[in-house]
Amino acid sequence: MRFDLKVIASWIEPGSRVLDLGCGEGDLLYYLKTQKGVTGTGIEMVEEKVQRCIERGLSVLQGDINAEILDYPDQSFDFVVLSQTLQQVYEPARLIQELLRVGRRGIVSFPNFSHLPVRLQLLLTGRAPVTKELPYDWHDTPNIRVITLKDFRQFSRQAGFRILREVAIRSHHRDTAGHLVRFWPTARATYGLFLIGK
Amino acid sequence: MSEYIAHDAGGVSVGQVETKSYTFARPPDEMRLESGARLGPVTIAFETYGELNPARTNAVLVLHALTGDAHVAGYHHPDDPKPGWWDLMVGPGKGIDTDRYYVICSNILAGCMGTTGPSSLSPATGRPYGLAFPVVTVADMVEAQKALLDHLGIERLLSVVGGSLGGMQVLEWAVRYPDRVASAIPLASTTRHSALAIAFNEVARQAIMADPKWNRGDYYDGLRPDLGLAVARMIGHITYLSDESMRQKFGRRLQDKADFSYNFDADFQVESYLRYQGSKFVERFDANSFLYITKATDYFDLEAQHGGGSTAQAFSKARARFLVVSFTSDWLYPTYQSRSMVQALKKNGLDVSFCEIQAEWGHDAFLLPSPRLTALLRAFLARVLAEESGG
Repeated sequence: MRFDLKVIASWIEPGSRVLDLGCGEGDLLYYLKTQKGVTGTGIEMVEEKVQRCIERGLSVLQGDINAEILDYPDQSFDFVVLSQTLQQVYEPARLIQELLRVGRRGIVSFPNFSHLPVRLQLLLTGRAPVTKELPYDWHDTPNIRVITLKDFRQFSRQAGFRILREVAIRSHHRDTAGHLVRFWPTARATYGLFLIGK
Repeated sequence: MSEYIAHDAGGVSVGQVETKSYTFARPPDEMRLESGARLGPVTIAFETYGELNPARTNAVLVLHALTGDAHVAGYHHPDDPKPGWWDLMVGPGKGIDTDRYYVICSNILAGCMGTTGPSSLSPATGRPYGLAFPVVTVADMVEAQKALLDHLGIERLLSVVGGSLGGMQVLEWAVRYPDRVASAIPLASTTRHSALAIAFNEVARQAIMADPKWNRGDYYDGLRPDLGLAVARMIGHITYLSDESMRQKFGRRLQDKADFSYNFDADFQVESYLRYQGSKFVERFDANSFLYITKATDYFDLEAQHGGGSTAQAFSKARARFLVVSFTSDWLYPTYQSRSMVQALKKNGLDVSFCEIQAEWGHDAFLLPSPRLTALLRAFLARVLAEESGG
């Protein structure tokens, strides 16, 4: 499992109800279900990944997270996870508002665009950065925005939600391993993970 | 649907099976129908495959669509040219694995494949019911199936699964007997029949009723309304396909000729195909059954019957885990109808999975070979069995 998902999993209490927005092949949900007795549901756009989730015994809905989240009653979940997807969302403020309507807590992670190699690429080559975490050319990327740790903190004040916990990580080995970054995270972390609430 | 039935390429099959029957609701204890009318005795034709486990937790009820029957899988005779209608899904090691599950399928009420319907003899007259047969609903079909399950001693079903009209029965089961179904799998189905679907059914019925041989449903002693029924089937077939599938399958290709005939013979392959399907259908199906069953699907409206007009309310009593599947090119019960079903299930906090399968073959896709559908059913059933057995 990806290192950021391991950290996210450690934040989720056993037996809780979890909604995973953009759950992919269900790595996080499968871990939570089998290791923590979590009741989980995933939302995923890609048919093949939906099949993979169902094959792993997970509950998953094929659809767009922005639309699918609207149907859930208030506070249906203890945790709503949005991992490495925020940079692809058209209306982040609206989605996060919905996320905290249907869930008691939200967990949001994204690649940190103020990571030093990103800064240096832009500074030294003058071209849009392409990194391991954001491996796309500008013309061929699903990511419609770039976000830094500081940006997200400022966004929380503007959009009116609270950051309850924040961790910066630096992952390696195809993101399966990593460590927490305590010194100068804004430049040294590859990803930011935030536990948020109203 | 029979045109799709094919032998399993691997030769895997449940083998030789037989249709059994169960009769209940003998007068004076007739079945009370949703309309208020009474019907009895009622005979249900059914088949079973696999073994019921000692805990009786592995029963799967398969529900057939408009023109299906109880013969889901295997062969009645060793020299049968074709197996049952969903042989590619039901059998040893298949999506609905008869090595693991006890599979039951019965012919629906008002059908003509062994279950009591308009072609059955009325106890009052000793002649076929014809139009004296009461109009039945999807709920009545489910009530008849419940009587069968009571007879078989099955208190709780691991799953109810079906496509199209079969899916409507799945939904009816889930809201009518929430404690008796652990899971529900509606495929290519809807919570309420749309105006488009009603319209096609009505044109099909008019084709039957316009045939002079229909004789207001009283034709069992003489010639049958074969022409009307064949046209009804042709209309149905168009709705089961899609623009894309017809373009690929037929295009504008001509049938056995190089040029137009300049008369009204079947010039195009698509014409010839529809004529063939129509003429084949009348050999196995009763025109009055077609009228009654299409009417039952038109009346189907889970929202009105169980939810006071609200889809979310309709599912408020449901307890089952759901797997909802739609197909991209299905224009009879398009994906938006499955999505609104899923939406209502979510609002009730029910456990639901949904997959829209990319398929070019229209509504009938659920009957065609699909590794994806097979994988979904296999995994979903295995999960529900594990959860039901171990908690």
